[in-house]
Amino acid sequence: MSVTKPLPHDAAPLHVTGSARYVDDIPTPKGALHLAFGLSPIAKGRITAMDLSDVKAAPGVVMVMTAEDLPFTNDVSPSIHDEPLLSDGTVNYIGQPVFLVVATSHLAARKAAQLGKVEYTEETPILTIEEALAADSRFEEGPRIYEKGDAEAAISAAPRVIEASFELGGQEHFYLEGQAALAVPNEGDMLVHSSTQHPTEIQHKVAEALGVPMHAVRVETRRMGGGFGGKESQGNALAVSCAIAARATGKACKMRYDRDDDMVITGKRHAFRIAYRAGFDEEGRIQGVSFLHHAICGWAQDLSLPVADRAMLHSDNAYLLPNARIESHRLKTNTQSATAYRGFGGPQGMVGIERVMDHAAHELGLDPAELRRRNYYAAPSQGGAAPQAPRSISKKVKNTTPYGMEVEDFELHEMTEALLASSDYAARKEAVARWNAENRVVKKGIAFSPVKFGISFTLTHLNQAGALVHVYQDGSVHLNHGGTEMGQGLFQKVAQVAASRFGIPLDLVKITATDTAKVPNTSATAASSGSDLNGMAVKAACDTVRDRMAEFLAERHQADAGSVRFAEGHVEVGEARYSFAEAAALVYQGRVSLSATGFYKTPKIEWDRIKGHGRPFYYFAYGASVTEVAVDTLTGENRILRTDILHDAGASLNPALDVGQVEGGYVQGAGWLTTEELVWDDMGRLHTHAPSTYKIPACSDRPDVFNVALWDGENRENTIYRSKAVGEPPFMLGISAWLALSDAVAACGAAYPALNAPATAEEVWRGIRRVKGG
Amino acid sequence: MDITFLLNGETVDLAGVDPTATLLDWLREERGLTGTKEGCNEGDCGACTVMVTDEDGAKALNACILFLPQLHGKAVRTVEGASGPGGQMHPVQKAMVEHHGSQCGFCTPGFVMSMVASHTNGATDHDTQLAGNLCRCTGYAPIIRAAQAVEGTPVPDWIETDKSFLLPEISRGQVEDRGAEPPSSRFLPRNADELAEIYAAHPDATLVAGATDVGLWVTKQLRDLDPVIFLSGCEDLKEIVITEDTMRFGAMVDMNRMGDALNDQHPSYAEMIRRYASVQVRHAATVGGNIANGSPIGDNPPALIALGATLHLRKGDTRRDLPLEDFFIDYGKQDLHPGEFVETVSFPRQADRLKCYKLSKRFDQDISAVCGCFNITISDGTVSEARIAFGGMAGIPKRASTVEAALIGKPWSTETVQAAVPAFGADFTPLTDMRASAEYRLETAKAMLERYFAEDQGEAVNVLEVSA
Repeated sequence: MSVTKPLPHDAAPLHVTGSARYVDDIPTPKGALHLAFGLSPIAKGRITAMDLSDVKAAPGVVMVMTAEDLPFTNDVSPSIHDEPLLSDGTVNYIGQPVFLVVATSHLAARKAAQLGKVEYTEETPILTIEEALAADSRFEEGPRIYEKGDAEAAISAAPRVIEASFELGGQEHFYLEGQAALAVPNEGDMLVHSSTQHPTEIQHKVAEALGVPMHAVRVETRRMGGGFGGKESQGNALAVSCAIAARATGKACKMRYDRDDDMVITGKRHAFRIAYRAGFDEEGRIQGVSFLHHAICGWAQDLSLPVADRAMLHSDNAYLLPNARIESHRLKTNTQSATAYRGFGGPQGMVGIERVMDHAAHELGLDPAELRRRNYYAAPSQGGAAPQAPRSISKKVKNTTPYGMEVEDFELHEMTEALLASSDYAARKEAVARWNAENRVVKKGIAFSPVKFGISFTLTHLNQAGALVHVYQDGSVHLNHGGTEMGQGLFQKVAQVAASRFGIPLDLVKITATDTAKVPNTSATAASSGSDLNGMAVKAACDTVRDRMAEFLAERHQADAGSVRFAEGHVEVGEARYSFAEAAALVYQGRVSLSATGFYKTPKIEWDRIKGHGRPFYYFAYGASVTEVAVDTLTGENRILRTDILHDAGASLNPALDVGQVEGGYVQGAGWLTTEELVWDDMGRLHTHAPSTYKIPACSDRPDVFNVALWDGENRENTIYRSKAVGEPPFMLGISAWLALSDAVAACGAAYPALNAPATAEEVWRGIRRVKGG
Repeated sequence: MDITFLLNGETVDLAGVDPTATLLDWLREERGLTGTKEGCNEGDCGACTVMVTDEDGAKALNACILFLPQLHGKAVRTVEGASGPGGQMHPVQKAMVEHHGSQCGFCTPGFVMSMVASHTNGATDHDTQLAGNLCRCTGYAPIIRAAQAVEGTPVPDWIETDKSFLLPEISRGQVEDRGAEPPSSRFLPRNADELAEIYAAHPDATLVAGATDVGLWVTKQLRDLDPVIFLSGCEDLKEIVITEDTMRFGAMVDMNRMGDALNDQHPSYAEMIRRYASVQVRHAATVGGNIANGSPIGDNPPALIALGATLHLRKGDTRRDLPLEDFFIDYGKQDLHPGEFVETVSFPRQADRLKCYKLSKRFDQDISAVCGCFNITISDGTVSEARIAFGGMAGIPKRASTVEAALIGKPWSTETVQAAVPAFGADFTPLTDMRASAEYRLETAKAMLERYFAEDQGEAVNVLEVSA
């Protein structure tokens, strides 16, 4: 069977030879035009005058558009229609598109866009949490609160109480391919090539903007040069602009952001401030915890509500919290509209509870890994009681999350045991202590952290997918589904599913671009759901065709359809054995359809986000990591020396691709919490808007020693071949790098390091001063 | 301008070239070679990496800030040309597939070309060779596995042929500006004499050395450069002259060559240069450009100042020398006359007491928040000489004169170091920006002196030298 094989990415030979085509590589029709935005230089105010004559007169300029020139809806929001494509007279952040230039070249458009003379009356922008709270500038009427038990009473009654607040920075996606779209007009309809995780949303917004039904817009996405959530909604503005300009000029129109524009215009991961108060017993068992989340959402709602919800839903991570209260404020500020980013709020929530565990271990003088295990959810076989040390409270504690979902598949006890052994955690922790006793300047730290990540869109209706499968009369297969390829290897995994269903070699399956005309009403490829949803939809489509083939061939051979075997490129019916191609030809000649759609919806889930109760997730994906770091205590400079990871991908559809997600996710997560710092000034201007100033991990920042293994298990839920989603969960393994820095800093003095994130060299240096009491 | 170069084995003659057209735009828009990608358009991500072969050998360079005239007489290879004429994959390409080195694939052509260049040169310090290529998907581990897998495998024939193309007589030749209206405003002088003559006659011209800074004037600030003088043909400015008592570097010596030349004499300096930008940028960036642009955060000037460097300037036939620290007057202001240019920089041969400490958010390919260079001589337990210079601490690269004075003549001890530390406050009033706060800059500058002392006493102070 094709599934479970560690095959390379389907497009790898194209990637390495430069033949893989991205949106900007698609040959454009003659006379194609290029677009650029003129951007707001102020964070908040109103436009009082706009003189665009110099823009219009600039070389190569064909057309300049403002909000007044837009024919229909001026909106690119994926949620509540609060995001005008071009400023409607108010501006809400530095970088907001104000006017649109259409020119004969990319460079001409960019140059002309600098020439607009726009006057504003400036207002005081809201940039900080304090300013937003003072102005009651927020999304939703007030905070969301999820509760289990009585947190405050439990904390107050606990023998040991810790309390603190810390800052958690946002993150730029830094997909290597910037946002891009190309619209080609055709007989009144529009074909849009978009670098998007969500072709249906592009189709929807383009149709709205053109005042046409969705059937008049076709969106095609072959691949993205990285997405990470940054292309779930942020591509709307470019695609809509191209479509409007293409309609207005009759020419193909292309838009791609220069990197600096991309970073200034588009949203990033939500920055949070997390305050916590937690009560523990003397053995380190948590009695109650209370979290206060302040999420900086930027100027438009975008996806902020479900992001902030997911942060709340991961405030337990792997720990059974007997009493918990999570209060979440979604603040509206005059900055880029924060958006989806790998983990979708989950990482922020998880960092909150991991910080609590780290702080408690320091306070109680316990090994942080041991303290964590004492607080784990119970494993399925253990009937609800935590195994490491029975809880002191006498009444039976149900194995439920703070939002009332029972944890049925908890795997971390065994995984932790295995990882701590394979990484030699205990001995290395002692070695680190020895090093620290002997070295004054360079200190080491080591930390373990687990991941439990909920799989499903929390907006339940999104948990559906469609597929379209054709078998041609020569036995070759055309495969299409609603998922998009952004590097994660989804297309290959799903093709492996199709090949396995038909029992044919993978090269008979043609992977094709995501296309809204082939599979309609798709959800974004997001929430790690790509292979779960689309794999099942493709399986359904393949099985429909296969069953028809089996039925036809069974009848022909007077056999039972159930006995027809599809394997090794052949179809066996009784004594007869056909090549798959022969079988397909026979079925075709028998006038049986060899084409089918497939559909899938995730079972078992139901969720009330207002009450904070239900089963938002079909299942959980697990992982665990141990990271060791070294810190220069004079300057705070630091690096990762070794990382060991054990990750649960269920019965992996493709272990090579899954390991790739784990390695890449870890490094991206560690980057978020260490070197990746977004800096705005007090005017609201982003100063880190290029790779020269915004530092994602470089090659040498990966761990010196990097041991990654997949947990040998299968999903207890009935997912595609019992695999598990793997896109987002490994990102949060990077939290162990941040905790290891905390451990190293703690070696410098008595106080708790209380690191903020990102723990840049400067922040680590500040932590060292804190623990030294300086 | 009219230029000739080799592109993937084929000779290309271009007439009337726009002098600030970048190789990247030309490849993608004029030649339809879209394998080379634009990731950042400022030389910081490496997605546009190509291999350029010239007299010095094969080099990885960023095509996004490489102007076409800089290629005159050289051989260029893009990802499309990494494969053989029959489409057979380069060993690097095969290894990248086999080791799962690509995910989204967008950075991949750039990685492939950096790896092809290091494979061609036999370089195996992969972290350094690939520091200028960013990947957001893989976490780099599989890419390194691919790079290791091809170590020592033969260089394919089609790559070797680039060497035989080299036309030094062309690359050193004056570029005719047949298409332009006279008088010409675009120049490619063959040597320093020609440069001196042209620049004296056109003091308003922009000098383009490696274009790692000027390139951004074009790609980011969208400026038109005219007149413009390309220095890439000035072979005599690429000389490194090492005598018994002096090391002298021509203005057009690129930073990789400078680093190599310093390896034995001043290893800490060479290590700092290893962390200066990336291989691609160092292949283009020049000693002269890094001084002449007057950046307060260039890493080379503080090191040179600490070594007591002399700057050799030239205008027409007039030359003058000055201590490098005197060249930097104020932020954006240098002691440089119209039509005058940096010809060479030199410093005395000396026993190595130099340590260069580059502090940045990321170790590789990052601009320094603080760059501290310490050259402290101890005689009989007493500080006999101290030259200490910093980048990132003022509007210019600047000496820590008060700190030096607090050290000289004192016993080399913890007490002396502690007593000298407050003097940093007298020498520097740094700024807060996106790289670091003023407080952090000042305090880490002090810490660097402590580190110098600790290192001198044999303590482990370098996190880059620690392993698990």
